[in-house]
Amino acid sequence: MSDLLTEPRPAAAPSMDNYLTHARGFWSWALTLDHKRIGVMYLVSIVASFFLGGLFAELIRTELIGPGRTIMGKDMYNQVFTLHGAVMVFLFIIPGIPAALGNFVLPIMLGAKDVAFPRLNLASYYLWIVGAVFFVFVLVLGGLDTGWTFYTPYSTTTDTRVVLAVTGAFILGFSSIFTGLNFIATIHMLRPPGMTWFRLPLFLWALYATALIQVLATPVLGITLFLVGVERLLGLGIFDPKLGGDPVLFQHFFWFYSHPAVYIMILPGMGIISEVISVFSRKHIFGYKFIAISSIAIALLGFLVWGHHMFTSGQSKLASVIFSALTFSVSIPSAIKVFNWLATMYKGSIALLTPMLYALTFIFLFGIGGLTGLFLGALATDVHLHDTYFIVAHFHYVMVGGTLSAFLAGIHYWWPKITGRMYSEFWGRIGALMVFVGFNLTFFPQFALGSRGMPRRYYDYGEMLGEHPEFYGYHFLSTLGSYLLGIALFLVMIYLIASLFNGHRAVANPWGGATLEWQCSSPPPHDNFPVQPHVGDPYAVRNFQYDPDVGGYVRVAQTAKPEHPLHPSAH
Amino acid sequence: MAKSESTTRPPDDADPGSVEAPRPHAAADHHRPFLAHHYQSYKQQFEAGKLGMWIFLLTEILLFGGLFCAYAVYRANHPEIFIYAHHFLDKNLGAINTAVLIFSSFTMAWGVRCAQLNQRKLLMVMLSLTLLCACGFLGIKYVEYKHKWEDGLLWAGKYHPVEHAEPADHAARPPGRPEAQSALQRPEGPRYAGIFFSIYFMMTGLHGLHVLAGMAAIAWILVRAANGHFNSHYFGPVDYVGLYWHLVDLIWIYLFPLLYLIH
Repeated sequence: MSDLLTEPRPAAAPSMDNYLTHARGFWSWALTLDHKRIGVMYLVSIVASFFLGGLFAELIRTELIGPGRTIMGKDMYNQVFTLHGAVMVFLFIIPGIPAALGNFVLPIMLGAKDVAFPRLNLASYYLWIVGAVFFVFVLVLGGLDTGWTFYTPYSTTTDTRVVLAVTGAFILGFSSIFTGLNFIATIHMLRPPGMTWFRLPLFLWALYATALIQVLATPVLGITLFLVGVERLLGLGIFDPKLGGDPVLFQHFFWFYSHPAVYIMILPGMGIISEVISVFSRKHIFGYKFIAISSIAIALLGFLVWGHHMFTSGQSKLASVIFSALTFSVSIPSAIKVFNWLATMYKGSIALLTPMLYALTFIFLFGIGGLTGLFLGALATDVHLHDTYFIVAHFHYVMVGGTLSAFLAGIHYWWPKITGRMYSEFWGRIGALMVFVGFNLTFFPQFALGSRGMPRRYYDYGEMLGEHPEFYGYHFLSTLGSYLLGIALFLVMIYLIASLFNGHRAVANPWGGATLEWQCSSPPPHDNFPVQPHVGDPYAVRNFQYDPDVGGYVRVAQTAKPEHPLHPSAH
Repeated sequence: MAKSESTTRPPDDADPGSVEAPRPHAAADHHRPFLAHHYQSYKQQFEAGKLGMWIFLLTEILLFGGLFCAYAVYRANHPEIFIYAHHFLDKNLGAINTAVLIFSSFTMAWGVRCAQLNQRKLLMVMLSLTLLCACGFLGIKYVEYKHKWEDGLLWAGKYHPVEHAEPADHAARPPGRPEAQSALQRPEGPRYAGIFFSIYFMMTGLHGLHVLAGMAAIAWILVRAANGHFNSHYFGPVDYVGLYWHLVDLIWIYLFPLLYLIH
């Protein structure tokens, strides 16, 4: 088979026809059924909403830089933190990795020409757009001040735009369901010959686990938000104690979705880290099956722990004890992943390139975020820490330190494949360093704030300074960190966009990955593979060595190779 | 081909290549119509579509699952409301509707068989019969809703029963039940009786919306059948819409006893 020879494969040769040049014009994008183009459209849209959510974050931190009013009033502040949460959760983190990077990479990694249902894929993108438009309407037509959780009874009585917002979130939910459904069907039905379940790259295992949650949990959010909307429009009464309803039932429904949704946010990130750690350590992934199965375990256990959001909301003590114990069990598969990544790096030949820097950031920050989660899963400490900045710091360590780092790792890792250009490695490393420092400066002080009793979501802390003068310093540091983080993310955006114009052309395999997307040219051709690719071990990275003539990695002859072709024409 | 979203997409998206970018295997499409370029065979495409449809049905069950869960919670907490209020539902109309839907599932299943056997005319007859049953179901549902509306038996926020409102089934009321008797002495029934009607209208309303969506999907299949799109190689969309229709039927089969037949 020719792909065992040292010469560059035909697919790696410069090819003018790729998915970006295959067809031109607005409609060739707007009506495309190509998963790669849909992924790119998702990427642009999601990054735009990320910067919107980030702008709200900077506004919050600026308001909190000192006691008293800084730049906005109380009601404005409530709306800003609500929209920060809602935009980041529904428009950025949940669709971020699966819909943008997953759409682009999944079929290529699998060796397929497209996802199972290309039209559904495009429909899912437009549903996302419609949902996002609803959120923009909320913003323009009077805002939203319920927090992203829409807790009743406040959400059924406030005079802000709850119905518009829940309609938007409902539509975004269907977008998410369709993406998940598509991915499950694709991984089941479109695997080429030789792609067995245990040859799936771990990113695909992670996307599969994510898709399971998307499909199983999101409908429950859908009906919950539907009920809130009908409650407001008609006075349904199911969550209204005046009419015999139960507001705590809303919390059960909401967290039945929204806790698994936390794993929708983190699992795809873990998948990216599994790819990056192996490739940049030049070592086969350690404990492949454990990492693969732990993704599924996290997805399933994630459905059993929602009650830990309600330890102080009056659920029975027995329920709290059970939910607490189950919560601890989720840490087992998470820790399995972390230890396997560390074992992969052990004695590896680690290249500290930008994607790897973000992957290391992920492990470090996810470690802190995960371990502080145990504080919150323990009943007694949670009663003290509930609704304080400790919670805020914990979930930002997981979602920003974890998911955002993984998202950035994935963007940098697949950037040459998506765009066909190399970004500036120098600025990439500077950016990664600034993100790391800025992030920790923002959120580490919040652990201290929370453990000393600073409640979350408060507009002002001036009256607490008599008893807790240290709050001022911590808030000030946190705000400074948020500015650094903001500047760092702008820097990342600038050098990535600049690379589109002056970056070096990317070769097929710049990092030495062994998964299938590195076997097709950069950017990939319209139908991904001119010929069916050779499916092998996705982590046999040692079979690829750097070739200075090509400027990238090429497959080298394996040591044990009994089926070496005597007749090149045989295949 | 993405047939699993058939309930939410306009009927004209069946036309292959109408919105697709130029395809490298376009030549093959003339020989094998409706086979998307990324599938090897009709069988693979059919099985992918079927898996997608089953997953979609799973999400539908979970969507209704929230309401079933709310039903269970409130019935466990306030059984007296459910026992009192269900007498205002008309068992006879509910039973007729159940029979209508079960019969429509039968005609739908027969239609799938027709598609597999290249019986175009009979397929169109079966789909039309199914549509007719769906219309009948919604008509009867309309009569029931109209009654509730006139008697003020609406959801909790609008629950103002008029004086003469009486249980639909005088004979069926259990005479010996003390809790039902004492409850009936209040003109508006037990406290929070409106919650029953909130759940009733949410569940049957959401189900009704699904019937409407199903009718749109069946109409789309009917148009495609009239155009001769289906044959023994390619009948996936008929099968998928059939699966969806059976689920709509199945949900009603649970709703009927839970709402109408309480003891």
